[in-house]
Amino acid sequence: MANPLKCDLCAKPATVHLTQIVNSKIHKVDLCEACAQAKGVTDPSGFSLADLLLKASLNPEPAGVDTQCESCGFTQQDFKKTGRFGCPACYNHFGALLEPMLDSMHKGSTHTGKVPQRALARKSLYERLTQLETELDQAIKAERYEDAARFRDEISQVRSTSDRKAGAKHED
Amino acid sequence: MKINELIESHSELTDTAASKSAVVLMTRIRLARNLAAQPFPGWAKDAQKREIRDQCMQAVAALPQMKRGLAIPVETLDELQKQILVERHLISRELCHAKSGSGIVISKDQSCVVMVNEEDHLRIQVLRAGFQFKKVWATINQLDTDLEEHIDYAFSPKLGYLSACPTNLGTGIRASAMMHLPALVISSQMEKVVRAVNQLGMAVRGLFGEGSDASGSIFQISNQTTLGESEEGIIKHLHGVLTTIVDQELNAREKLLETDPNKLFDKIGRAFGILQNGYLLNSGEAMNLLSLIRLGIDLGIFPDAQRAVVDRLFIECQPGHVQHAAKGAFEPSQRDVLRGERLRAEFAKVVAPDFSHAAK
Ligand SMILES: [Zn+2]
Ligand SMILES: [Zn+2]
Repeated sequence: MANPLKCDLCAKPATVHLTQIVNSKIHKVDLCEACAQAKGVTDPSGFSLADLLLKASLNPEPAGVDTQCESCGFTQQDFKKTGRFGCPACYNHFGALLEPMLDSMHKGSTHTGKVPQRALARKSLYERLTQLETELDQAIKAERYEDAARFRDEISQVRSTSDRKAGAKHED
Repeated sequence: MKINELIESHSELTDTAASKSAVVLMTRIRLARNLAAQPFPGWAKDAQKREIRDQCMQAVAALPQMKRGLAIPVETLDELQKQILVERHLISRELCHAKSGSGIVISKDQSCVVMVNEEDHLRIQVLRAGFQFKKVWATINQLDTDLEEHIDYAFSPKLGYLSACPTNLGTGIRASAMMHLPALVISSQMEKVVRAVNQLGMAVRGLFGEGSDASGSIFQISNQTTLGESEEGIIKHLHGVLTTIVDQELNAREKLLETDPNKLFDKIGRAFGILQNGYLLNSGEAMNLLSLIRLGIDLGIFPDAQRAVVDRLFIECQPGHVQHAAKGAFEPSQRDVLRGERLRAEFAKVVAPDFSHAAK
């Protein structure tokens, strides 16, 4: 035996070898005695393979260039330590790191479930309003008064739809 | 509502006289949600965390479903109060250890709970006694949609609801059932079941106690993956697995009755004897004895009405509840005395087992 397997979590010689099928994909995890104990692997009911796969897939990378989420200052090292992210924007920033993990962790890598329709509608309405206001400003500055009148109309239209929605909400 | 009122009032799980469910004690679904553009609780500064908590608790407490419920910061609860909430499956142990800036909102009937600043900003949870995924999903889906009216969730069209831990991405759903599987345990088939369930991508946990120490033969089975499948798909998949396990358990019961009824009746009869007469009972032993009584009820050995009492005792024999009932903090050995006292009183009222219905 040339290369004894190393523990996926701490790189000591591995003595516990697990094979599990999650969503018809085969996953292998090799652990040392101590990590197996710590993760509750010896007790088959107490461990979550998803959690384990997450930690294992994080470990092998050497500590190289560390990057930081612009929104919250979270680093790749922080993620490796905790297996958690710092803020929602981290998912954009660390997307490349995350992508290969998702497949082994989940059934797929694209969301197919519920969508927060109301919140998204609110957001797009807000964005539309901001955009129209900018266009209105520009039209006034450029003395394009016909355009400005049109933007003003549109703005009041968007505002009244959002008011109507808010009104309906209070009634029920 | 104040915390003490809530503890004194009957909860969904401690008052389930209507529950006829032989195997599935409880159905629970939770959703992980976070605010857009705010650091997750584990990374937020204390002041930020408190701000997030105030915003979330205000929005949640204003929901019609939470009317006249309890909304309280975690740090205002004492250790025993937190333990009682954990024993009722209302909050997680993790939330108990949260230093500051976390909160809890619980509905009046204790079936809806929102934990604020646990691992995620919002952990919405609905639980019901019995096997009721349709009802629980309808309730929590509505609760989530109502909350969305007031909170901008962190959401990505590709990755779904964004959570602190990538294992919860997508739907953020964890659906679970608490199952009573005494016959599978007695006939040593539980290990096989655990392995099969794990291979289907689901998790099995002993519910009381850590790891596989499933005192009372009670197990929690839940989905593990959250991304790439719809909520309905995940629930349907889990429901199918649970239905199979229910069948397995009922088959195992039949088998026990066929092959060695005396051995089974002996276990149940002795459990009754100890519960009626024992003086020192730790929570593990009490759970195991109560489990046998519950099996006896399912087999017609004790009256049906007794099931709700046993389900309540499963929770009220936990250390926090025992101390609360005795109004003080007690050492484990003193708790065993108190637990014995309570169970003797409770089982003095129960009529003696009648094995004639169960015997073939
Ligand atoms: Zn190791
Ligand atoms: Zn970030």
